Amino acid sequence: MLAYIVRRLLYAIPILIGVNLLTFALFFVVNTPDDMARMQLGVKRVTPEAIQKWKAERGYDKPLFVNGKAGGVGVVTETIFFEKSARMFAGDFGRAEDGRDIAREIRARMVPSLAIALPTFVLGLFVTVSFALLLAFFRATALDFWGVVLCVAMMSISGLFYIIGGQYLFAKIFRLVPISGFGGGLDAMRFLLLPVLIGVVSGIGSSTRWYRTIFLEEINKDYVRTARAKGLKETAVMFGHVLRNALIPILTGVVVVIPLLFMGSLLTESFFGIPGLGSYTIDAINAQDFAVVRAMVFIGSVLYIVGLILTDISYTLVDPRIRFN
Amino acid sequence: MPLLSFPRLVCLSVVCCVAACGDAWNDPYPSAERGQSILYSAFTERPKHLDPVQSYTEDEITFTAQVYEPPLQYHYLKRPYELVPLTTEAVPVPRYVDAAGRTLPADAPVAKIAESIYEIRLRPGIRYQPHPAFAVDEAGRPRYADLDRDKLMGIERIADFTHAGTRELRADDYIYEIKRLAHPRLHSPIFGMMAEHIVGLKELGAALQAAAKTLPKDAWLDLDAYPLSGVEKVDDLTYRVRLKGKYPQFLYWQAMPFFAPVPREVDRFYSQPGMAEKNLTLDWYPVGTGPYMLVENNPNSRMVLARNPNFRGETYPCEGEAGDREDGLLADCGKAVPFIERAVFSREKEAIPYWNKFLQGWYDASGISSDSFDQAVRINVGGDVALTEEMQQKGIRLLTSVRASTFYMGFNMLDPVVGGLDARGKKLRQAVSIAVDQEEFISIFMNGRGIPAQGALPPGIFGYVEGEAGINRVVYDWRDGAPRRRSTEEAKRLLAEAGWPNGRDAKTGEPLVLNLDTTGGGMGDKSRLDWLTRQFAKIDIQLVVRSTDFNRFQDKIRKGAIQLYYLGWNADYPDPENFFFLLNGAEGKVATGGENTSNYRNPEFDRLFLEMKNMDNGPRRLEIIGRMNRILNEDAPWVWGFHPKSYALGHAWLKNRKPSDVGHNGLKYQRLDVAQREAMRREWNRPVLWPIVAVIALLVAVLVPAVASYRRRERAAAR
Repeated sequence: MLAYIVRRLLYAIPILIGVNLLTFALFFVVNTPDDMARMQLGVKRVTPEAIQKWKAERGYDKPLFVNGKAGGVGVVTETIFFEKSARMFAGDFGRAEDGRDIAREIRARMVPSLAIALPTFVLGLFVTVSFALLLAFFRATALDFWGVVLCVAMMSISGLFYIIGGQYLFAKIFRLVPISGFGGGLDAMRFLLLPVLIGVVSGIGSSTRWYRTIFLEEINKDYVRTARAKGLKETAVMFGHVLRNALIPILTGVVVVIPLLFMGSLLTESFFGIPGLGSYTIDAINAQDFAVVRAMVFIGSVLYIVGLILTDISYTLVDPRIRFN
Repeated sequence: MPLLSFPRLVCLSVVCCVAACGDAWNDPYPSAERGQSILYSAFTERPKHLDPVQSYTEDEITFTAQVYEPPLQYHYLKRPYELVPLTTEAVPVPRYVDAAGRTLPADAPVAKIAESIYEIRLRPGIRYQPHPAFAVDEAGRPRYADLDRDKLMGIERIADFTHAGTRELRADDYIYEIKRLAHPRLHSPIFGMMAEHIVGLKELGAALQAAAKTLPKDAWLDLDAYPLSGVEKVDDLTYRVRLKGKYPQFLYWQAMPFFAPVPREVDRFYSQPGMAEKNLTLDWYPVGTGPYMLVENNPNSRMVLARNPNFRGETYPCEGEAGDREDGLLADCGKAVPFIERAVFSREKEAIPYWNKFLQGWYDASGISSDSFDQAVRINVGGDVALTEEMQQKGIRLLTSVRASTFYMGFNMLDPVVGGLDARGKKLRQAVSIAVDQEEFISIFMNGRGIPAQGALPPGIFGYVEGEAGINRVVYDWRDGAPRRRSTEEAKRLLAEAGWPNGRDAKTGEPLVLNLDTTGGGMGDKSRLDWLTRQFAKIDIQLVVRSTDFNRFQDKIRKGAIQLYYLGWNADYPDPENFFFLLNGAEGKVATGGENTSNYRNPEFDRLFLEMKNMDNGPRRLEIIGRMNRILNEDAPWVWGFHPKSYALGHAWLKNRKPSDVGHNGLKYQRLDVAQREAMRREWNRPVLWPIVAVIALLVAVLVPAVASYRRRERAAAR
């Protein structure tokens, strides 16, 4: 298994270089270093000299990819791309264009993001799997029919509606929880209650339908009939056989998103005033802060690759027939 | 004792948990803060810079203006705005000298003035906030002067330093900050402009630039080692600034944080190895003599200002403008400020939560977004603005003011079709000025929150004239005691005289097509742009809207590859020069990279501008401004848009709040009636509990039949 993981991690290096190259190219197609300087220095009273100074200080006065004036390896190394990318592979994200340390900012924002994403993920998975099992258990009954109708209705509603509606009902009209905000330690609980509830409820529709379909597919298989014929209780059949065998397609969708929970949710964090990572990238794009955009895309790619590796590992745990190759 | 079932236990835990939070379940603040004199407000955009040499936006000045104290400030209540001393004994009066160094009279001709000399005398006894940079040991040596990464282990915030100290404000600190304007790593936005005025600043910038190249990247640049010839220390509390020629606007700059004091030891403290990696910088933790100090800086979540224990004490003003006494704004005359102990600013990115929290009393004041405008304000038939009944019942007060800003649609005067000072271009621009109905725009798109501009100057700025005398005669007539926009027919006539009868070239018959470049174009802007297209269509001009991103838009402006565009200007200071310079030929964007984005150049206007900008306010200046306005109205380089009105709401418990566009240090004058706030919050935030019961009942109603059915099935299977 270790060899497999190492091999996958080595495969990740060219992928990350490619992603970094693409991010770099796309960013600088839209924003020139001059544009970045103007955005950072403001639009009022900025002189061309000030722009040149800003660029020179941050190394944006060099060529993007190839430095024809430099000799030897300097042709490649004395470029914006190399200088801004090389350090990142060593885990040094540097500073944002406004001078603040990016790694520090990410660490600070990751905790609030996880505080919402993790309980939403775990609770959501529990609720949707349970609800899907319930519908599968009562398949072809009124409960199943109306459950599916409810799911379709719920998945048809925009996530923004859940947020605004939830805030309106529970925070404004019923005044049960704060509308927005965040606190440290246990105080954070009362701020998380509503966003987590909304996160769970908004995900019920689509996930439940998907899991229900998977369970129904399994329920009609021979091994389930055999289990019933052996006289097993329905709960034992559902949890011991159906759920376990349905885990592979569920894991495919679920495990890969676990690392991405660190990245936060833009809408939820924005409306609930949670100081997480959700809006960090968007804010950076708006502020033309290349250092932050590059770092966040890089981290997102790394987390996605980690998620895929974890998914592969999880397959072997739920299905002994699968082996690393 | 019977054990509780699991669902009951969960319900009980949730209820207990939420109930433990206090009387109001939805209180977003820690219970320890209840009953304290804390102002609660919000901010939308995170501040980028808190270093006074860099900070230039409103998001930032909300904080910096409470911490830093430049030499002067604006009188809190008086309008028009008036400069008064802040840390100085008096507002400095310049002394003028000629090229030979001889003193000239105050009314000497500008051409004879070689230098203006400002001698600034500080008040004694002003002390800095407690800060580790000032901490000294028993021997009087700085405690934290030799820090490195190892010694900074375990220190993450300024509050983590064990020792703090203070010292008296000195003239050196102001001199040091003026030098910082030229610091090559700090990129002060006003350096280029100030280098043109302060003697020796440009040379200092070059010297520092050269010195920085010889030093390691993050090494400290000791500014005291580099002289600035135009600024000298007279004594510990006095310094002298020499300016080239006459520049009366320099005093306004003295009310901005760019000229606030920064002690050398603070700069030295923050430049030690390992500080920047922990965000321990002046850009993150400002240090000042102001009434407040920034004790929590989390721009993603909240910023907290706490009262500076070393603040010298200042008293609430006893004079204001007409109506201030009736509004209760003079009730605290002579009392020591600040009144409020702390100010907590929470980040609210979205308008809806911000608004709802204000209505629940969790914020003391709020703006009015377009979404909530109808809920907050109603405009009666006569155009008067009043609060809705809901707001009145809550005791909320409406604070309005016309902002010192101008929004306009500019023509590129270098463009062969819309530009030029000949009759053809002039009449075309005048026709467009008449056709674009600003009154309708303000009514439809701004909920009436603005006044149509009659020129570049907004109300409150010297030179703005109310009533008939102040209207733009090219666009308006004065009828029935009010300005009336001229008719579309008149605009069409002007267009025909310009050589475009019925919107077609008189010679070729080609239709007149104008291009508007804009950074808008999204869903929200579509209706506005459609409306604008219809305004041009009224006089048979086809308007093509070219939406573009901000960078390309700026690029087009710089190159002059633009015909029409929308822009606005917020005053840096309340002087007509700060608006008219936007149309000064020497500021042409294409020619000089200046702020004149229309590239307008009228020799007569430029001559008058040069004369006006260095004058003191008086009848002669007013007369010149009138002439400049008439030239602009005739040439019409801009379609005068509007001056926005600021509408803000304040709860009844928030006292002494008065909007100001140029003075931002008003927090110290505001006061809270904490008992009233607590009572109102309790009344407005009683939790409604029946939904919890209803949800539990619903779950039971669904689960009980399901469980029963499951059991039935199980039994059936067993048989």
